[in-house]
Amino acid sequence: MPKSNRLERRKVVARLVRDRKELVVVTSLGSPTYDLADAGDHERNFYLWGAMGGAGVIGLGLAIAKPEIPVMVVVGDGEMLMGMGNFATIALQAPKNLTIVVLDNELYGETGSQTSHTSAGADLGTIASGSGIKNVLRVNTQAEVEELAVRVNSVGDGPTVAIVKIAAGDDKRVLPSRDGVWLKTRVQASLGTLPA
Amino acid sequence: MTSATAAASAATKSWPHDIYEVLKQFNVRQVPYVPDGGHAELISLIHADPQMRGISLTTEEEGIALLAGTALGGDRGVLLMQSSGVGNCINMLSLIKTCRIPFLTLVTMRGEYGEFNPWQVPMGSKVQACFELMDVQVLRARTPEEVRPTVAAGAAMALNGNTPTAVLLSQQLVGAKVFVK
Repeated sequence: MPKSNRLERRKVVARLVRDRKELVVVTSLGSPTYDLADAGDHERNFYLWGAMGGAGVIGLGLAIAKPEIPVMVVVGDGEMLMGMGNFATIALQAPKNLTIVVLDNELYGETGSQTSHTSAGADLGTIASGSGIKNVLRVNTQAEVEELAVRVNSVGDGPTVAIVKIAAGDDKRVLPSRDGVWLKTRVQASLGTLPA
Repeated sequence: MTSATAAASAATKSWPHDIYEVLKQFNVRQVPYVPDGGHAELISLIHADPQMRGISLTTEEEGIALLAGTALGGDRGVLLMQSSGVGNCINMLSLIKTCRIPFLTLVTMRGEYGEFNPWQVPMGSKVQACFELMDVQVLRARTPEEVRPTVAAGAAMALNGNTPTAVLLSQQLVGAKVFVK
């Protein structure tokens, strides 16, 4: 697909969380965190500002602990390239309630838009399948975004990895809280998992 | 099992079994690990226990990130690894500190007492320093008798007190790996 026809990241993320109920969302540092903040703050948003390469398995630990709650992890291609082993670790545990959404613009947008490996043939969808992930979706149209929105908000058919090729874009930074303890405590309070 | 044989078996329980009992006592559920020979018996016990979830990792820092999710979801977790994996964890330990995630790791040591393989020594000899650089408290067990109380102390600090803690299981305990040509 020509890059000019690609989906816009902010619209995709906003749609995925629009009708959320139980959903918990973890975002990798950089643009995914700003995208989620732009869609509106929520007590079940866990924004990362670091921990690169760990977003997917943060979702896994949560998905195992709370199998009845849908968990979505939104990451960039750079995050997922650093944490490719996450796919194999998640596939082995096979949580039914976990979806990883990779917003792939083939760039390291946060650091000066250097091209990433996905611009030259590294295919995170194939890597996910080859790591044993049961459902790998390619999301290129609005209709596919609508289907993905249903899937990320439900439990039962995971784990899923969705590769969303997105336009490079130059969205305004929307900065949520950087207070990790507060963000953690807020999610725990919402889930009823605060330590006694 | 008769009470006499049960008593005999309790008396001869291994130190990995002691660790398993401490983890049960502290209600640990998720146990991410990168395998090590020294942890093999414990890993088997965990996989055999339906109340616990052994989670095999591709690299140790995944375990740190996973434990953040574990805490969000209200489970307790402990990370198992060998000493060579400690260096892989350094940056990810920022997550423990920044979000104040309960963190206990049990590290089987290589590269110290009687080590045959010099490639293990550079990392093995810096394990304690690496943890201390990242403000993880370090406890150590050198004999089988020390394992249970030391792991229990570490679990109390980490899981009840939220002080990041590593328990190093010395190579005297684990034994130097024997290479046979």
